[in-house]
Amino acid sequence: MAATVTSPATTGKLWDGGNEPMGASYGKMMMWFFIVSDALTFSGFLAAYGFSRFKFIGTWPIADEVFTHFPFMHGVEAPMYYVALMTFILIFSSVTMVLAVDAGHHLKKTKVAIYMLLTIIGGFIFLGSQAWEWKNFIGGEFGAVETKGGAVLQFVNKEGERVAVADFAAHLPTTRVQKTKANGIWFLSGATLPEFTVEEVAEGLKAHPEVLIRTENINPTTKKKEILSRDASLEAIKGGALFVKGANLEHNEYGHKLFADFFFFITGFHGFHVFSGVVINILIFLNVIYGTYERRKSYEMVEKVGLYWHFVDLVWVFVFTFFYLV
Amino acid sequence: MSHTHEHTSNLGRIWTVFGILSAITIVEVILGIAKPDVLFLHELFRLSILNWIFIILTVVKAYYIMWAFMHLEGEKGSLRWSIVSPLVFLIIYLVFILLIEGNYIFDVFHQSQYKWIF
Repeated sequence: MAATVTSPATTGKLWDGGNEPMGASYGKMMMWFFIVSDALTFSGFLAAYGFSRFKFIGTWPIADEVFTHFPFMHGVEAPMYYVALMTFILIFSSVTMVLAVDAGHHLKKTKVAIYMLLTIIGGFIFLGSQAWEWKNFIGGEFGAVETKGGAVLQFVNKEGERVAVADFAAHLPTTRVQKTKANGIWFLSGATLPEFTVEEVAEGLKAHPEVLIRTENINPTTKKKEILSRDASLEAIKGGALFVKGANLEHNEYGHKLFADFFFFITGFHGFHVFSGVVINILIFLNVIYGTYERRKSYEMVEKVGLYWHFVDLVWVFVFTFFYLV
Repeated sequence: MSHTHEHTSNLGRIWTVFGILSAITIVEVILGIAKPDVLFLHELFRLSILNWIFIILTVVKAYYIMWAFMHLEGEKGSLRWSIVSPLVFLIIYLVFILLIEGNYIFDVFHQSQYKWIF
């Protein structure tokens, strides 16, 4: 609390400038206060996610079943490993950042430059990983049927493993035509036709006795999604309205639509922070190379962008917990 | 004036914290994949014990990132408090209100006179 103590001897000089409240330079303190406000923004998003999740706690998607991909391991169920890897990439780039700050305290220009470069590379790897994660989420894997009420019906075999709709759906003669700009009214094209009609999925379900429907409902005692009996499955498919594959802002084959909306919004906003962090890091990296801070005899700018970079890492730690673990 | 002009190296501390953060993440991933029934199916204040463990571990990670990497441990107490106290207060406040409200709406969906036939 020494910073706020004013004795008669100091009051004369207190407002004369050159004073640093709370012992932090102006830039550093403002970076901290920006981080506080940004942290509250992210908290608002995550709290809103929690609100929606608690509101639909009985039907919320189980993240383990949504994010199961790992690069070069097609078809292997690998829940969590990929995001864990992403977390490590970000933590490690935080370490190289703090090493750059540390080297800056000793005015070691080359070391600062190398560590900054490593941090930037880490940032790019993370962004690439996130793009890959989005690609899988948007593309989908098994496909599902959305009901008239907006719920999602997924398909499983007797063992409870997911079955791709493409593997059992029937092919019926259809009169569906994709509306394009050329044949549409007033040069408007229609929405892309889904791969299958609900009738085709229903016919396929009838023809394959081993396929069952899994609803969104979570059994409160086992905490697993409820699987319908064969008869109930055939009854449930009658409520189908649309075949969906993958996820976007309007439909989500994995479960509740809000899950996809929050996923895109929160990880997108975080990814945007990572991207801007990488851009700022590049600018500071160039300044280090040019020797701007060498001449200034202070690497405090590295420390300030470091704060931002660690904050991005900090947010990811929370996103990781609330989207993938909890 | 003290910490900014100090040129002692923090390398040991940095790598220790990296080790701690990695260890916590590994534990989280193992628990997240294994989901032991003892922790996963038992609840404390309507949240499974596993989720409490995840949240506590996350806060521990946040502490190490803020204190060691963002170097709050070297800042003055006044700066530390002006950063941490608004965050702690406002986040707990917001989460408390929103989660209780979300839970209330869930109950309304399930126990009210209306039927949601989805």
